[in-house]
Amino acid sequence: MTEDEVAHVAYLARLELTPEERKLFTVQLDSILAHFRHLQELDTTSVPPTSHAISMQNVLRDDEVTQSLPVEDVLANAPERDDSFFVVPRIVES
Amino acid sequence: MAELQELTAHHLMDLLARREVSYTDLAKASLDTIERVDSQVRAFVTVTPERALSVAAALDAAKAHPSPLAGIPIAIKDNMCTRGIPTTCSSKILRNWVPPYNATVVERLLQQQVVISGKTNLDEFAMGSSTENSGFFTTHNPWDLTRVPGGSSGGSAAAVAAGEVAAALGSDTGGSIRQPASFCGVVGLKPTYGRVSRYGLVAFASSLDQIGPITRDVTDAAIVLQAIAGHDPRDSTSVPLPVPDYTKSLVANVKGLRIGKPREYFGEGIDAPVRQMVERAIDLMVSLGAQCEEISMPHTQYALPVYYLIAPSECSSNLARYDGVKYGLRTAQDVDMIAMMEKSRDEGFGPEVKRRIMLGTYALSAGYYDAYYLKAQKVRTLIKRDFDRAWEQFDVLLTPTSPTVAFEIGARVADPLRMYAADLCTIPVNLAGLPAISVPCGFVDGLPVGLQVIGKPFAEETVLQVAYTYEQHTEWHKRRPNLEGSTAAAGGGAK
Repeated sequence: MTEDEVAHVAYLARLELTPEERKLFTVQLDSILAHFRHLQELDTTSVPPTSHAISMQNVLRDDEVTQSLPVEDVLANAPERDDSFFVVPRIVES
Repeated sequence: MAELQELTAHHLMDLLARREVSYTDLAKASLDTIERVDSQVRAFVTVTPERALSVAAALDAAKAHPSPLAGIPIAIKDNMCTRGIPTTCSSKILRNWVPPYNATVVERLLQQQVVISGKTNLDEFAMGSSTENSGFFTTHNPWDLTRVPGGSSGGSAAAVAAGEVAAALGSDTGGSIRQPASFCGVVGLKPTYGRVSRYGLVAFASSLDQIGPITRDVTDAAIVLQAIAGHDPRDSTSVPLPVPDYTKSLVANVKGLRIGKPREYFGEGIDAPVRQMVERAIDLMVSLGAQCEEISMPHTQYALPVYYLIAPSECSSNLARYDGVKYGLRTAQDVDMIAMMEKSRDEGFGPEVKRRIMLGTYALSAGYYDAYYLKAQKVRTLIKRDFDRAWEQFDVLLTPTSPTVAFEIGARVADPLRMYAADLCTIPVNLAGLPAISVPCGFVDGLPVGLQVIGKPFAEETVLQVAYTYEQHTEWHKRRPNLEGSTAAAGGGAK
């Protein structure tokens, strides 16, 4: 893994890494991935993937109206709010 | 009589039902012990004395014993939502978050009128094996304060071992209930995937996470499991199967039981004294009428890499929600949207969480998905098949819970791969979704060793019966760490 790759992955993950973190993760992730490479020695061409060990499919419920959490309770944790809205930095040019 | 804080929950339930102690006395015993020892153990992120005492006072006033666990002091790992009580996941990003709702497990315990003494420390977002990844502080092992309590539910295990509460809830994604229970000399049960609702458990790796009890003995584990198990319409992965009466499994009998001893859990990487303790436990079971045979589970060696690709991949997706918009830390002002998210997440997450988000994002990214994530999911199938084959021959598998006893604080933090190896024996169980329990089975240099009993899917009853039988024929679970003379322990004297 290169430092540029680490910077790209950090951008995908929305993490602003410091230069020191970027260096450290380059070394650590490289050694972790190298250690994991021996998975490739297994032939898995005819093996299906497991996403959940106890498989359940199509869990449905009736579409009934139930009480939601009070808006005030939910907004109590907002970093910034205005009336009943979350405030975020501008994303559309004025 | 032993002090209240040393007794099991079921013993305390008897005393309460017979009115030999009041609910308030019991709540105070828990809070006093926290007051006395937690400055050294540091198991708690938040202590809730007012709520605890008001629940106890109401129970005393009602002059009735409404439910089995009423009045029992319990701690909740701080990644389970508690309405009106901060739920931090031991992360700076959630330091000030107060959930507007209860996790289903918390709701079920509150219906039984348990006394919640507080919320316990963990490795940030349950990612770690020692609590050293907590964003706040490290919890200390009550048996030797210079050592880790294990993790990620290290606070819950230490709180039970130190007598601060009678029982606690933990969560287990790769061993996070069983490994700390083993390190702290208490009982930890990870139920089958789907047995207990995860609604309100802050998600780490959704295909692996499961909630379970940490207690002083197997009877208590059965009682707490009884209280929290069962289908929940709010968690679509919880299974709509009836919940058996787990107390009926508390029978000391293993005659004819078929025990498998998987070779791969007794070889390289397992400390010899730990292996000997577990082999002695198996010998005891055989002397009680069980049969034991060795088996090979050849894909065990791949479990660690499979886990450390799948869990970080799921975590990178689950933790995308901490974006500084709806709740949690927002640091940057006067910057654009992406910079606000990047800065908030960089400041809010600790190094291990970032490392796993990076690893998972990489494994899921274009060009690497097939080689890493999909490959890991396929090998997960092979690991599960190893277990399926074992179940054709055996009722349970017995293994060490952890390859070592509790290690020194600081010994592994700089080497992630070495830290990951602490979960060697527990991770395959999560990958296969199975129930497993850790029970104390001896001591090495004064530090507890855990025996892991692994069962078939939804065979919690068998797992409990085997663990109970072992416990009835041994005394390990009755030992308590000596914290009161703990200035000596702080200098390593507990050894």
